[in-house]
Amino acid sequence: MHDGAPIPAREMQEDEDVPLLAARGLGFSAGGQRLIDDIDLDIRSGSRTVIMGANGTGKSLLLRLLHGLISPTEGRVLWCGGPLDKAARHEQAMVFQRPVMMRRSVAANLRFALSARGIRGAERAAREAEAIASARLEHLVNRPARVLSGGEQQRLAVARALACAPRLLFLDEPTASLDPASTHAIEQIIDNAHARGVTIVLVTHDAGQARRMGEDLIFLDAGRVVESGPIAQVLDAPQSGAARAWLGGRLFLDTSPRNQT
Amino acid sequence: MESFSTILAEAFGLILSGDQAVIDIILLSLRVTLTAVGLACLIGLPLGALVGAFRFPLRTAVIVTMNTMMGLPPVVVGLVVYLMLSAAGPLGPLALLYTATAMIIAQTILVTPIVAALTRQVIEDLHGEYAEQFASLGVGPVRRIRALLWDARYSLLTVALAGFGRAAAEVGAVIIVGGNINHVTRVMTTTIALETSKGNLQLALALGLVLLTIAVVVNGLVYAIRGSAARAAYA
Repeated sequence: MHDGAPIPAREMQEDEDVPLLAARGLGFSAGGQRLIDDIDLDIRSGSRTVIMGANGTGKSLLLRLLHGLISPTEGRVLWCGGPLDKAARHEQAMVFQRPVMMRRSVAANLRFALSARGIRGAERAAREAEAIASARLEHLVNRPARVLSGGEQQRLAVARALACAPRLLFLDEPTASLDPASTHAIEQIIDNAHARGVTIVLVTHDAGQARRMGEDLIFLDAGRVVESGPIAQVLDAPQSGAARAWLGGRLFLDTSPRNQT
Repeated sequence: MESFSTILAEAFGLILSGDQAVIDIILLSLRVTLTAVGLACLIGLPLGALVGAFRFPLRTAVIVTMNTMMGLPPVVVGLVVYLMLSAAGPLGPLALLYTATAMIIAQTILVTPIVAALTRQVIEDLHGEYAEQFASLGVGPVRRIRALLWDARYSLLTVALAGFGRAAAEVGAVIIVGGNINHVTRVMTTTIALETSKGNLQLALALGLVLLTIAVVVNGLVYAIRGSAARAAYA
């Protein structure tokens, strides 16, 4: 939702007991391997959920399943208690770890996203200007997006996603390769969006960022949720062996069949 | 037989003299080639983009067919078009045989698979980069194709150039359907073949030099455009 946008009627009428997004028995298998295994989760409207876990545990895959980019092989994803259809997906947006920059200017990248969501004319121009301002890219508006620095590209990617006025924003390690200043800038944009009511689901490896950005934490191991709860509780007193090992910075070898070649 | 240097000097003399017959041949060649390449791009670019961006049943068979057709023998294409356009053929009443239009049809058939197959590769690579963003934004198929073609425009210039090269150098098909009629369907390549067989090497070489110059100029232009686009990160 962008600045000044009214809260959609659907949100106001929504039953508070029904989570904005939910997964029920969610599973995904490929090549004979279960990559996501029987996941149940609820994302409350207006919440900030962080997903953590070691590399290869299925965090990015889970995000893609929740966003509907990939169809689950088992279970289902629910949006406001209903199916995750095209209309529901238009109320979501996603920022990828490596920002996808089209071979166009900064402004044209924003215009394309807004047009794809059916936003045109004066409203599109207003949202474009607002997004450029929020990403502090006013001086680069006509520059080809692909020549921007990594931090600038990711700011543009986040601003582009938010310009579409999503109710829920997925972020897949958006600051993974950024310096502290760029990370701070991205976190500020996300914070502002959350303050306007956007629900945040963030994948990160950075425990510090998780504490700054999150309220709830979901910890994955081998495609399963092994621990979840308020972020401080999970980070300060992890109950599962996987979370304890990961948070303790201990390397461990996963010898389960799915990781053997 | 005159020495090569003498023939070369006479060929340059022919070019510089601005002989009207030579100019007519060059202009007709350009008209036929550019029209055929334009038509091939109109058909081949969207076709290649569709195959490159979407998954559908028998897609692999379509790709194999398109790639195979890149190597269509020009004389076979010429023969088929001849049969279609001849008085006894289904398109005979149109009376197009031995006209520039017949040559354009034959060259379009030759060039379209090249444009489509190379476009498919370019678009497939770009779509691999954009696909998740498109899916996340809910970009529809028409907008997706338009965006891919636009963003790949500098790479697709090279594709059009490959088609131009094929059309400009083609002789087998156009001589069958055009007939190499003086002032009507005589183009550079067919004239070179004819004049060489007659021993008029000056004219053949002059046209050969013009053909090469056109190829160098077109390649140079495309290289320059692509280079500046790459420096600006649009390519």
